[in-house]
Amino acid sequence: MPSLQFRLNGAAIALDADPDQMLLDVLRGRLGITGPHFGCGAGECGACHVMVDDRAMASCDMPMWSVENKDVVTLEGLGTAERPHPLQRAFISEQAMQCGYCVAGILISAAALLKRNPSPTEAEVRAALDRDLCRCGSHNRMVRAVLRAASEMAAP
Amino acid sequence: MTSPAQKLPVSLAANPRLSSWVRFTGEGRLAISPGKVEIGQGIVTALAQIAADELDVDIGRIEMIRASTATSPNEGVTSGSLSTQQSGRALRHVCAEVRQRFLAAASERLGIDAASLNVDDGTISGPGNVRTSYWELAGEVSLDHEATAAATPKSAMKRALAGRSVPRVDIPDKVFARPRFIHDCAPPGLLHGRVLRPDVSRAKLIALDETAARAVPGLLAIVRDGGFAGVVADSEAAADAALKALREGATWSAGEPLPDEDDIAGFLKSQPVETTIIDARPATAAREPAQTLRRQYTRPYIAHASIAPSCAMAKWDVDHVHVWTHSQGVYLLRADLAIVLKLPAENIVVEHMEGAGCYGHNAADDVALDAVLLARAAGGRPVRVQWSRHDEMSHAPFGAAMAIEIEADLDADNEIVGWRHAIWSNGHAARPGRAAQPALLAATEIENPHPRMISTNPPAANGGGGDRNSVPLYDFPAWTITSHRLLTMPVRTSALRTLGAQGNVFAIESLIDEIASLRGEDPIAFRLRHLRDERAKDVIRAAARRAQWKPQKQAGIGHGAGFARYKNTGAYCAAIAEIEGADDIRVNRLTLAIDVGEAINPDGVINQIEGGAIQATSWVLKERVRFDRTRITSATWTDYPILTFGEVPAVDVEIIQRPEIEPVGAGEAAHGPVTAAIANAVFDCLGVRVRDLPITRDRIIAAMELAS
Repeated sequence: MPSLQFRLNGAAIALDADPDQMLLDVLRGRLGITGPHFGCGAGECGACHVMVDDRAMASCDMPMWSVENKDVVTLEGLGTAERPHPLQRAFISEQAMQCGYCVAGILISAAALLKRNPSPTEAEVRAALDRDLCRCGSHNRMVRAVLRAASEMAAP
Repeated sequence: MTSPAQKLPVSLAANPRLSSWVRFTGEGRLAISPGKVEIGQGIVTALAQIAADELDVDIGRIEMIRASTATSPNEGVTSGSLSTQQSGRALRHVCAEVRQRFLAAASERLGIDAASLNVDDGTISGPGNVRTSYWELAGEVSLDHEATAAATPKSAMKRALAGRSVPRVDIPDKVFARPRFIHDCAPPGLLHGRVLRPDVSRAKLIALDETAARAVPGLLAIVRDGGFAGVVADSEAAADAALKALREGATWSAGEPLPDEDDIAGFLKSQPVETTIIDARPATAAREPAQTLRRQYTRPYIAHASIAPSCAMAKWDVDHVHVWTHSQGVYLLRADLAIVLKLPAENIVVEHMEGAGCYGHNAADDVALDAVLLARAAGGRPVRVQWSRHDEMSHAPFGAAMAIEIEADLDADNEIVGWRHAIWSNGHAARPGRAAQPALLAATEIENPHPRMISTNPPAANGGGGDRNSVPLYDFPAWTITSHRLLTMPVRTSALRTLGAQGNVFAIESLIDEIASLRGEDPIAFRLRHLRDERAKDVIRAAARRAQWKPQKQAGIGHGAGFARYKNTGAYCAAIAEIEGADDIRVNRLTLAIDVGEAINPDGVINQIEGGAIQATSWVLKERVRFDRTRITSATWTDYPILTFGEVPAVDVEIIQRPEIEPVGAGEAAHGPVTAAIANAVFDCLGVRVRDLPITRDRIIAAMELAS
């Protein structure tokens, strides 16, 4: 199989993979990256969102050939307990979830939003998260958390 | 003389051994082992708070143990908003007694009267600076005793943590991508399984050409047991590919027809039923009605539609099997597995792991049996099985469709003098572990299949099922409440959040609103006039005050109210909806007031009410399981849309805190009141009553045509 190269959470990766295999399968399978979650397999729910060159994309629907030489960031690459991303801190502060299964994708969608728009309005946050489904009804907390993270990042 | 055991909380009476709930594990650490499980609501944090409070230890010292049939107390099922009520009360008593036993031991060691000793973060101290700790004494204080109810838990005033919004213990893992969900669990040697299920409803597998599947790289086994078929492979992708190939080789029977989705009431009312009089209040003085309003309300089948498909893991060791599951009841699942496998229950360990948000009896139990059957072919390696989105949305049980007919007799002043409420619905529960036959899907597919369990209704003492919340809390002079449970079940139903309460509260509160309107009376005033329970009145008044009821009328905006006490014994909740719309309805704002008694974790309660309110809005505006006469057709998010971020209303919640009253759950309190509040706001806005859920553009047009 051809060798594919891309960056994953800042590290260069080169692996032999079927170019038609989905990125989510490779991440969760051989790479053991469990941040992105399987939800639907059709790019409809957002649970598997990863950032590809700073855009939130459904990894369940994304063949490996399309990430060649791209920069892929999963929840694992956003931050750690020791060095959390402001979004991760804000989601804890706002207790912004119930079950939390969708949160991996939502944090990625929110991180991509803040990269292109560091001070979004509430409506812009909702629009940016509109492809992410949450079944528990934690939407408003998540929106508050994203706005909190944005204002924290804007503070000098 | 009454036995002391009778005074124990119900979960403790069933599991009286102290050590099954509390263990001091290592220096400065303790383990709390509830029988209830985390279903995505943060209940484990509330239980940790209760234990920390009663034992006087920092909550950070506590490890909450996931329920397992190997070690945990058997608390049945985590459902019905009963976890704080049952597990919380048990833990409070257990911890009070454990604390007392340690104080007695400390008293003996230190030579100081127990009454003079104090516990601070597990350190026991007394006059003269003498001290010991739970951990120093753990070797000499045995907890292998039965609870006696001799110890009295602290009074509400003395609790430090209850009533405080302690941060959830599980959230850091979830934001930092530390595996916590069963879907992310990967023990050494893990294999992956997938199961073949028909598209056509109740079709049976009659022939299977395995050739193509056998050629898939990574395939390890194809498992067949009668009409049950599945694959085991070394990766998820290989398992998916093998299943796809297997599907192409499958031949199915014709299946069984489904009802007409456009005439749910007609279908429900034409089936054989079991009829039960739920409650009857005879009129003290017969009053001749001036008129009778007869109204029919319906709600569709509703899908659980968790964001994660159901998942389970199983590992065999000769004739013993270990199962990891996000089931709501590990012991109940074990009982059904034992029936299907024809094994003694002792050979089966069922251990809980978190799944995505659980709103009732979804496919968690079904997939556990799938994993057990597939793992038989795995040579002792663990097999993780995950359903597809399609199967999750078409083969898991649904919340039952309902037709509700209410006849209200009104006197000349349009006061209610008689009330007849009749429900037609499938049963709302077909959970595992409660009958001589199993409730698991694969049990109906294997060689020598078990019959499909027709869903029933829990007894009224447990809140009922289809009849849940059908008895009015209002002080009407007479009523008869009747439940007709279907004896056929073409669409599989079981417990979904609130069971029948959402439908019944929608019906009752819609008609109340209509009658108040007929009288020209404010609907809040009408409700208050018909209620005697002060807690009920308090939540209604609080919601009304907070929403500044009733706001000035504006074109295109409507306001409506709804109220219920969940199960008539649980949490009180009032909701006021502000909606906007012409043919498409948008809910702008929901204002709620809630009384759960003692709110152990107020932010947790608010989170549950917000979530319930938003989920109910989704049900009301969008959700309906779709089907043609052969198959469920709403098997994707496109065909089963739910509320999105852009459509979610603002939700404002007020808690009426009552620390002196035993807590009840909050997870199901909001659905009925919110449903009714939105429907009543639609009337306020558009002047039409939509009595069939969901309230969509088509339904509004149909209601307008009917009204004109």
